[in-house]
Amino acid sequence: MSRIRDTFAGLKRTGRGGFIPFITAGDPDLATSELLLIELAAAGADIIELGVPFSDPVADGEVIQRASERALRNGVTLRDALACVAHAKQQIDVPVVLFSYFNPLLQFGRDRLANEAKQAGVDAVLVTDLIPEEAQAWTETLQQRELDPIFLVAPTTSDERLVRIGQQARGFIYAVSRAGVTGARDEMTHDAETLVRRVRMVSDLPVAVGFGVSTAEHLREVWRFADAAVVGSAIVREIERLKTAPDLVQRVGKFARSLLATNQQNVGDSTALHLP
Amino acid sequence: MQRSTITTSEPDENGHWGQFGGRYVPETLVAPLDELTKEFTRARHDAEFWRELDQRLRGYCGRPTPLFHGQRLTAHAGGAQIYLKREDLSHTGSHKINNAMGQALLSRRMGKRRIIAETGAGQHGVATATVCAMFGLQCIIYMGAEDMRRQALNVFRMRLLGAEVAAVNAGARTLKDAINEALRDWVTNVHDTYYLLGSALGPHPYPLMVREFQRVIGREAREQILSATGRLPRALIACVGGGSNSIGLFHPFIGDQSVRLIGVEAGGRADSLGEHAARFHPTAASGGGRIGVLHGTMSYVLQNDTGQIATTHSISAGLDYAAIGPEHAFLHDNGRAEYICASDAEALEGFTLCAELEGIIPALESSHAIIPAVRIARELPQSDAIIVNLSGRGDKDAQLVAELNIR
Repeated sequence: MSRIRDTFAGLKRTGRGGFIPFITAGDPDLATSELLLIELAAAGADIIELGVPFSDPVADGEVIQRASERALRNGVTLRDALACVAHAKQQIDVPVVLFSYFNPLLQFGRDRLANEAKQAGVDAVLVTDLIPEEAQAWTETLQQRELDPIFLVAPTTSDERLVRIGQQARGFIYAVSRAGVTGARDEMTHDAETLVRRVRMVSDLPVAVGFGVSTAEHLREVWRFADAAVVGSAIVREIERLKTAPDLVQRVGKFARSLLATNQQNVGDSTALHLP
Repeated sequence: MQRSTITTSEPDENGHWGQFGGRYVPETLVAPLDELTKEFTRARHDAEFWRELDQRLRGYCGRPTPLFHGQRLTAHAGGAQIYLKREDLSHTGSHKINNAMGQALLSRRMGKRRIIAETGAGQHGVATATVCAMFGLQCIIYMGAEDMRRQALNVFRMRLLGAEVAAVNAGARTLKDAINEALRDWVTNVHDTYYLLGSALGPHPYPLMVREFQRVIGREAREQILSATGRLPRALIACVGGGSNSIGLFHPFIGDQSVRLIGVEAGGRADSLGEHAARFHPTAASGGGRIGVLHGTMSYVLQNDTGQIATTHSISAGLDYAAIGPEHAFLHDNGRAEYICASDAEALEGFTLCAELEGIIPALESSHAIIPAVRIARELPQSDAIIVNLSGRGDKDAQLVAELNIR
């Protein structure tokens, strides 16, 4: 059983909703990303998504686009992102999902990625623009190295494809809350709940909801019907806002805790569960 | 590379030509792409659809376009007879209207009334704005801010036609960035929006569909050259950005093994990565010859060692793009088509030559094919013929060339 499945099993046992923050590797710089991984784990993250910067992030809104640009200006590569995980993992035990567009992985090489990601302590890989129909060889290679291939489902995904995605996915299924690019929103739509219900009909995998989840209230709302909530742009926006602040890491940690504040149990349990 | 003996070039049902093509998109776009594929497949086998398209291309766009015997260009080359396929005479001034009209008819069948498109040089944007005006559809064109500067006339034309032109300020502010933004719009407004992609690239079914709508160029040219000379040409020459005018000309000749298919990429101002847009560039530091994924399709893509897409340069906005359509990648690898490049300087030379010798001002994109065509004609006997695709007219570029001449 993968560590991600363990994590969700633990959440289920304690009746909590999971918290999955996202940051971009190398935003604002690699050393800070490493500290942020550690701080987010301490703040109560159950899983962390680490984004690999890409020049043409078509699925991302402006906030994560700018994070990618900052990281690329620093010359950050997939190799750097893996090194960042390896370093942070010496201090934390929270599962890490590598989150990338396909081309940087393709150039890195399939076997090399699987080997080096595993070695770095990565637990799962999510490729934004690699749908199951094109992913077979990659899915197999990742699974051979006990890395979970995570797939997205969207409100537009047909029932037929939900079944196929459920069969290829491992770890959890990432439900995109609405048609659109990543980015914080004032309100959550009902699309997400409907989608999660449809996923449950065809798959036993845990479901995390992301895209637009940006406040404590949104998290509470998502936990009502899903197993975990992914918070990306809201956190990246904080990093952007604080990028020159000397206490950036602490303040982003504080922001993450504020998202969880309405659910004290969440912070306490998570810290107890995952910090060595 | 070995010349191939392939006689057809058709993708599998998921849009793969060998390893190229396919669909590399965010999950949200799979459903609209499936819907589009279904509707296109239905239309493709519907004689009534093609009858209406043909009627509109004739009645509105001025097809068939002439195949013109460029006698002074031929005399200048001193070899094979040079024929020019006059796509510049199409309504809106380039071949782009063939595809825009076809896809507009499709969007009508699908009941989508909000049309988005990207544009580089502005030719596809103008063609799309035109068909949207004609059908009374809402039209939003994404265009890089740098391209808007280079092609100010086309921006004004699109606005005259009632389109909204949305400036894209990301990246190098050219075609690649405009496609990114169009894709983001589509993923957000997927329920009521039709993405009218302008070149033979992007996720399946676009490369196939755009080719099918551009094949009219090659079908006409084949008939015209046979009727003019009684035999097939020795070579076809066309510029290749994404590759829609070239694949449209080439495709009906793929089974004709005696006909060389020659694509001309933008050699830009230097051979190093970032200074050109030649995806098959043969030199070491050029970044050419690498397979990757950009904008939903697998093909040859200009990029750095770690898979970040490179910026490109061409004097012509329409060729200034990092990837080539997947069918070209396939035709390149199996040797059926050849790809060469022409520099900015050669394009300018071709631009002037064609204007002075034939009284035709070609688009800077199409101008890339002129000097290579002269060179190829020179090596062939006078009894042979070659066809150059004059994919667009150069009015839009006159200002830019005038400024260069002053400097």
